[in-house]
Amino acid sequence: MDNDVRAQIHGFIASRYPHASIGDDEDIFSLGFVNSLFAMELVMFIEKNFNIRIPNEELRIDNFRTTTRMAELVERQAVAVGQG
Amino acid sequence: MTITDVPRSGTVLAEPAGQVTDRDSARRFVDHHIAPFAAAFDRQEYLPDELLEAMSTAGLWAPFLPPDTGGRGLDLVTLGAIHEEVGRGCSSVRSLLTVHTMVAWAVRRWGTAGQQARWLPRLATGAVLGAFCLTEPQTGSDATAVATTAVRRGGDWRLTGVKRWITGGQRAGLFLVFARTEHGVAAFLVPRDAPGVRVTPIGGLLGTRASMLAEVTLDDALAGPDALLGPDGFSSGMVLTGTLDLGRYSVAAGCVGIVQACLDACTEYTSCRTIRSAPLRDLQLIRAKITEMVTDVTAGRLLYQRAGALKDAGDEATLRVTLIAKYFAARAAVRHAGEAVQIHGANGIGADYPVARLYRDAKIMEIIEGSSEIQQITIADEAYRRSTK
Repeated sequence: MDNDVRAQIHGFIASRYPHASIGDDEDIFSLGFVNSLFAMELVMFIEKNFNIRIPNEELRIDNFRTTTRMAELVERQAVAVGQG
Repeated sequence: MTITDVPRSGTVLAEPAGQVTDRDSARRFVDHHIAPFAAAFDRQEYLPDELLEAMSTAGLWAPFLPPDTGGRGLDLVTLGAIHEEVGRGCSSVRSLLTVHTMVAWAVRRWGTAGQQARWLPRLATGAVLGAFCLTEPQTGSDATAVATTAVRRGGDWRLTGVKRWITGGQRAGLFLVFARTEHGVAAFLVPRDAPGVRVTPIGGLLGTRASMLAEVTLDDALAGPDALLGPDGFSSGMVLTGTLDLGRYSVAAGCVGIVQACLDACTEYTSCRTIRSAPLRDLQLIRAKITEMVTDVTAGRLLYQRAGALKDAGDEATLRVTLIAKYFAARAAVRHAGEAVQIHGANGIGADYPVARLYRDAKIMEIIEGSSEIQQITIADEAYRRSTK
């Protein structure tokens, strides 16, 4: 997996929650402070930063639980764009 | 401003023709088709068909949609300028434009290819108007408490519940309805002519009296097999968040338009009205109020333009900036509309000048698309979220 993708996502989350220490495989929803505004920010950040469009069927909570899962989502969509 | 009665049908609305593509063309359209009639719209609690058709001809309804769906691919900064100009002329018209914009944007952002093919061309031209249905008789700011239900039966979505205070509901052909499913609150596209949909006009409002509000009753309404818009479950909140974000953007721009209208009315009035043989404008206390209006209309405009530029760039910071822009502009509109009435004195409380209407309309802006108090909570929460302490 592209560590740079993972680092950028981690950096974004850390910038929004600077008081929290979040590991790449830690469930951000279990921390209790993720709201719909942040969820939308997260989707917009990923789409803009990695130049992809996340289809509705990929907007599942499991794809956004951890930094690693989000990085996997980015890789899947990047491949889909490349093949498209 | 002279009050002109507008018949419910007729030929009062004619030139100029042509497309509205920027602030200047929007200003010309508003000064010809909207501003001279705003008082009559307000008194009659009605927007004439001729105006809505003129807006279609001018391409005003959803110019931000891409050309292949019937729009012109207009950037959102320019869209904000157009909504500001419409808000300067009449907040009722701008309110219809706002909710239509929200629905068209949501279908564009979250719709399937089939939903987009079915609805976007008609939303682009205004052949079908959209309305946003979230609020219920017992539920306002707390979207998680929505009681309207959506169930899948025989392959079709069926919705049951009551939506209240629905802007444009009297005229809309497509309702974007938020309803509870087994997974949470999701968005549904419900045609007005779907079996089980009933629309009841609401009148006698404090402000935006011509925004043609309605109560929409869904009695096991048959919305069809492809009514669900966007994801169901965890992500459905994003449909609501994104749609409200665009609504707040439009309202912020419209509120700047209200302040501009207050400023225009007050500079004109204080230049003509005299006290002790001198125009009111010579009084320093009047100049202080004018200065505050100039400052806030400039600041409000810069705020929504910044939010629009971030939207055009796809930058997630637009969500926070739009919240701030709407909060600032709505409060400024209420404050300055109050001052505008004060400056006009007794003339300010009657119908011969626009400021009483501006005052009533401005108050609505502190309530819709997130009340000022809810936005205070959200904006402060964001500050604490970003705090390192």
